[in-house]
Amino acid sequence: MLEGLKRAFQTLSEKVSKTRLSEKELGEALEEFKLQLVSSDVSLETAEHVAELIRPRLAEVQISRFGDGEEKIAALYRQVLSEILLDESPEKLLEEIRLKNSTRGDPYIILFVGPNGGGKTTTIAKIAFWLKKNGLTPVLACADTFRAAAIEQAKNLAEQVGIRAVSQRYGADPAAVAVDTITSARAGHESVVLIDTAGRSEAKKNLLEEMRKMKRVSSPDATILVLDSLTGSTGREQARRFHQDVGIDYVVLTKLDSDSRGGLALTVCYEIKRPIMFIGVGQGLGDLIPFRKEYLIERILA
Amino acid sequence: MEIGEALRKAISRFMGRASHDKEAVEELIRDIQRALLSADVNVELVMELSENIRRKASELRPPPGVSRRDHVFKILYDELVRLLGGVQPPYKPAGRPHVLVMVGIQGSGKTTSVAKLSNYLAKHGYRVGVVCADTYRPAALVQLRQLLQDKGIPVYGEENSSDPISIARRGIESLKPQGLDVVIVDTAGRHKDQDSLMKEMEEILKALKPNEVALVLDATIGQRARSQAEAFNRLAKIGWVMLTKMDTSARAGGALSAVAATGAPVRFIGTGEYLEDIETFSADRYLARLLGMPDLAALVERVRLAEVKISESEVEKMMSGRFTLSDMINQLKEVAKMGPLDKLFSMLPLQKVKSIDVEGLADQLKRWEAIVNSMTPEERSDPAIIDSSRARRIARGAGVAEKDVKQLIKRYNETKRLMKTLKRSMGRAPRDLLLSGLVRKEIDRDTLKG
Repeated sequence: MLEGLKRAFQTLSEKVSKTRLSEKELGEALEEFKLQLVSSDVSLETAEHVAELIRPRLAEVQISRFGDGEEKIAALYRQVLSEILLDESPEKLLEEIRLKNSTRGDPYIILFVGPNGGGKTTTIAKIAFWLKKNGLTPVLACADTFRAAAIEQAKNLAEQVGIRAVSQRYGADPAAVAVDTITSARAGHESVVLIDTAGRSEAKKNLLEEMRKMKRVSSPDATILVLDSLTGSTGREQARRFHQDVGIDYVVLTKLDSDSRGGLALTVCYEIKRPIMFIGVGQGLGDLIPFRKEYLIERILA
Repeated sequence: MEIGEALRKAISRFMGRASHDKEAVEELIRDIQRALLSADVNVELVMELSENIRRKASELRPPPGVSRRDHVFKILYDELVRLLGGVQPPYKPAGRPHVLVMVGIQGSGKTTSVAKLSNYLAKHGYRVGVVCADTYRPAALVQLRQLLQDKGIPVYGEENSSDPISIARRGIESLKPQGLDVVIVDTAGRHKDQDSLMKEMEEILKALKPNEVALVLDATIGQRARSQAEAFNRLAKIGWVMLTKMDTSARAGGALSAVAATGAPVRFIGTGEYLEDIETFSADRYLARLLGMPDLAALVERVRLAEVKISESEVEKMMSGRFTLSDMINQLKEVAKMGPLDKLFSMLPLQKVKSIDVEGLADQLKRWEAIVNSMTPEERSDPAIIDSSRARRIARGAGVAEKDVKQLIKRYNETKRLMKTLKRSMGRAPRDLLLSGLVRKEIDRDTLKG
């Protein structure tokens, strides 16, 4: 799935190690590298920044000219990628949840946001499944009161996972659904509240406004942005807007079982400096795996 | 930067340049590349488009009466329209019932699009029914029923079945007796690497033999759009594409690349969350809007017309040196036929052009015609015999100043010289050269002045 990124780095690495690049050649190699990043769905702006980040260091590698050029370049790429990509272990989330449960006796609240069709509801079901496996008791708040059948879909998934779902009618105030769920979870000593929200376009101000209200009212412990890894450069705008308007703690990338090359990971980490926690790799409840940046980097450079 | 803005900037930078040589074209190509790449247009397609512009700009001659600048612009325009899938006739589902299967990746908005399209077609007088063959996503059927229940559009679905093929088959069978014009089949989301789901789609299509398969594509999709669309197209010949989420900040380049790759045009776009948020898509209109030039298509049409007209006998006449004053006037008139000149120039996407004295050119034509009409046949066929006293007489007869007569003769002599040069070089179309001598000089000078 990360062929393009891998190829981009390899092409550059071959060029640099075989010949000693002049300023012009270095520029051309970086240009090609940039295009290949773009064809892996890294946004053009981000690809340009990464290329600029690499340029001076690449020049340095050339100057030293030890016999181990290729290795050094590979190490440099690893380093640059590692500097940009951010990951966070799901274990940390479990710890946070347990800490809040034990010290305050309160449920841990997670708000899920993202554009339409990114896979929010499916991701929430997968995370609920994972939480349940870890001995926790998640509750689902069906706060997407807009999209037709969203409530039925969420309820259906909750049933599959075997958790409680709280809903109201369509058109109800989503924030009220969230508050309802939190109150009942507190009373029932349930450990995690997962709030499913309506997908919204990053270009619609009033919908983001509504999201801010949701955040204010539910005061979540973590806000998770769910993004479709097949998204192109719009992913940059989506991440930036959601982060700016709502505030994001963790990111989940979905549909990585497709031929997506994962370039969005680089864009998102670069743009909002927030870690990716999970990646979605299928339609089953268990198709959610922790995102490890080492793993991504190895895929790129292997 | 928004794609339209980026393209507009690139074009106006090019249009505003003093010369439009190779270097200018390269600069234009670089700017266009950047605009397209940041809009997710497939990298290979961008490179292909660049190469086409580069090649055509250097190989093809501008048609007569069209400057190199406008010609390059037209080349760019054509390439962009091609990228958008070309210009399409209006959508008319045929067959009773016309079975349309809609496919696409998870979360691209298929079900919403099915509902929007059925409502749209119903509003346009078609009797429409919908079959829900999505057995994977929970509540897909409920979603369709909720969206369409009060629209009088029948929805067929089975709550607890997991066999989309027989659902679809039974659905069409049960809807057929209702005398419907169109039956739209909604399917589950799938992507190219989900082998079993792709195979399932293939089987559904084999069983239903639909009139048409439409691909629903998310406008926010990136570089993978192409490989995904190609995979769908391999298993189900995609008739057309519906682009969704066009109300986001998406620049839709990825999806449009997919369109180019499959050769299937975009027919509809989704522009919002509500049932009514659907529009038909036309490549040239979209492009014109994108570039902020509503009259662009008309301008392009004029350029296209100018490209075809040149008669063999005219060429021969000019080449043989039997080129008379009347011939020159006739040629100029043909230029004027391209349309009211001021309207033509006002359509050029360049502010400066508005200041051109196009009225002047038309007036001059009228004057010249009057002058030629006041000449004797001998004078017309051999203007060299026109001395000062003949010029005075002609001027009086035509109601112009003597210097106007001299100016015309001077211009005629210049043109004739050009013809001679042409005879030697054979490099360019005679009429083109003629016009470059007569018309372009006026325009260029005025453009520079403005």
